[in-house]
Amino acid sequence: MNEIIRQPCSGWGRYPVIEARCHDPEDVASLRACLRQVDVGDCIPRGKGRSYGDSALAGDLISSRWLDTLLELDEDRGMLRCGAGTTLDTLMTLLIPRGWILPVVPGTARVSVGGAVASDIHGKNHHLDGCFSDHVESIRLMSGDGDILACSPTERAEVFHATCGGMGLTGVIVDVSLRLKRVPGPMIRQQCLRAGNLAETLSLLAVHNDSPYSVAWLDCMAGGRAAGRSLVLLGEHFQAPPVAAPGASRLSVPFPTPAALLNQYTMKAFNALYYRIAGRHTARIQHGQRYFFPLDGIQNWNRLYGRKGFLQYQFVVPDASAEQTIEEVLHRTRRIGIGSFLTVLKRTGPANHNPLSFPLSGYTLALDFRYDPELLPVLDTLDDIVAEAGGRVYLAKDARLSREHFRRMYPHWESFVETRCALGAHHYFNSLQSRRLGL
Amino acid sequence: MPWVHTIISIRYNPDALDCEERNISKPENILIIGAGSAMARALARRYAARGHRLVLTGRDATALARDCQDLLVRGAALAHPLQLDVNDSDPVLNECMKAAENRLGYIDAAIICHGTLPDQPTIAHDPAQVADAIRTNGLSCIRLLCLLAPRLRARRSGSLAVITSVAGLRGRASNYVYGSAKALVSTYLQGLRAELHPHGVHVMDIRPGFVDTPMTRRFRKGILWSTPEQVARLIDRGMERRSDTIYAPGFWRPIMWVIRMIPESLFKRSNL
Repeated sequence: MNEIIRQPCSGWGRYPVIEARCHDPEDVASLRACLRQVDVGDCIPRGKGRSYGDSALAGDLISSRWLDTLLELDEDRGMLRCGAGTTLDTLMTLLIPRGWILPVVPGTARVSVGGAVASDIHGKNHHLDGCFSDHVESIRLMSGDGDILACSPTERAEVFHATCGGMGLTGVIVDVSLRLKRVPGPMIRQQCLRAGNLAETLSLLAVHNDSPYSVAWLDCMAGGRAAGRSLVLLGEHFQAPPVAAPGASRLSVPFPTPAALLNQYTMKAFNALYYRIAGRHTARIQHGQRYFFPLDGIQNWNRLYGRKGFLQYQFVVPDASAEQTIEEVLHRTRRIGIGSFLTVLKRTGPANHNPLSFPLSGYTLALDFRYDPELLPVLDTLDDIVAEAGGRVYLAKDARLSREHFRRMYPHWESFVETRCALGAHHYFNSLQSRRLGL
Repeated sequence: MPWVHTIISIRYNPDALDCEERNISKPENILIIGAGSAMARALARRYAARGHRLVLTGRDATALARDCQDLLVRGAALAHPLQLDVNDSDPVLNECMKAAENRLGYIDAAIICHGTLPDQPTIAHDPAQVADAIRTNGLSCIRLLCLLAPRLRARRSGSLAVITSVAGLRGRASNYVYGSAKALVSTYLQGLRAELHPHGVHVMDIRPGFVDTPMTRRFRKGILWSTPEQVARLIDRGMERRSDTIYAPGFWRPIMWVIRMIPESLFKRSNL
């Protein structure tokens, strides 16, 4: 009777959905016991389930939800050690009043620290501050046979670099030590600039390269001379009288949007309206937690794309080929007639030493598409374009990348596989994604 | 009118409540019994964030020590572990309550959270296991309340709260042993509330529905399930408002009202 039953599970994109057993160990000892219960080889660690595709899907999932204790906070040196299941939300709420923040945060705070390391996430400040893992002091990893391995850039460096961005394929992250960033207060001053086309958008992002935070929201449905028009949002920490942190969101999408509502006309209307309305606020000062986590404003927003779920396509391309590639991708997605609510363009800084880390010096574009089987071949052709340009697709968002494209995009994949095999992790940990990509 | 549903409905989310992040200047002294339970942990974290002083009891000393460290990082003014098995003898329980009181100075609030969820078919016809389940989920709470009530009454203030269950409101074939133990506590709390009311002591019965915790990991989860954090937020609000009985989440109140209204002649044939 203590058998855990299989329940439907999916990533944030709600595609694909599989039946999986979800284990939730409460401490290191039960995690070890858990590793003995699972189907060896069909098991993957899982954080808050915010990666979009199938990277945290397998027959057995090891959830870090109860591994969420805070172990240590040094407020003088700005160091924090916490369990892998701790959410960034918890940490930001704890740290901001104390004058610290996490140096790198994504668009949602509802991810776990373990997931942030495993996907080597980036934020609006990647062009200056790099990825999440660039601020990780050390991690403790449980290998498939239950040993605890301490890793850092100086100790077991290979394992450390493979684990950061390693999509959970090297073992279960137990806890993480982080370096924090001092801030003058919780407030952020945001500036909004309108760009009339893609070239203008890219040049604005390049010109404001020294702005601590920058990102552009793109109207992906606008064609012709307005193609790639956007709102460029810049941000910086600002000393202002603090307002209360935003509480848990009151807005929620209660059920999947019917497919009939998601067509090129509604998307076009939404994008055009957003461009006009949001662009009116040229400058505003707001609480950091509202500025950093716009996606948390509406709960369950992943239901907006309907019952079948959605795919997010995020890629990065080097500076040289950026404009041409992005234009081509926008053109092709416009042609298939189904756009996205949220199209985000961002300048990225240089790549780090992690073999599977996503960002490289250039620009990254993210588009959401409602799932449709006809979409898959189109995305394959986009993969061709991106790979040709020397770019790559983000594994944390991916549910369909082919093995061939993956190998072209991530030239260091072999060194990752070597480290993984040396750990013996390939016997224990495999996700739907790792099988597809041949990792 | 199916087209109505085609409007992207953005509804008011009842789980988001306002009582978050209140700054209470005076730290309160709070005793949490069964602190290893998921709901207790979520609740303790809320109190820690507000800088309260906490004493936690539980069976697993290692887990307690880790939780106390966690609460200190989160801002608790005090987080002290006391190892306790609620089925120990009365003198042991009494010693523990004394130790807790000594640590805290006095008790502003005591919240009893421990419990087990026995598998009904497995224990159904084994008197020893049934007695065990009732001892842990029912009798132990009452023994603890016997020890705590006079302490709060003497100060003429404070709150006593126990996590019972909606399962205590109607005996169901699938878990009536657990349910009857919880019913025992609920009825006891009603009497205790009436007794302590003139003395200024608040007694609260917390009745959660299905909560996604390690205790319920073997169940299939659905729309009626809530998280320990949601329940903790409601307990917090109930303590603040000095509620008598809270359902967590609140939709269980009408559901249980309907379930209690079903005539027994029908209920025994149903599979509820």
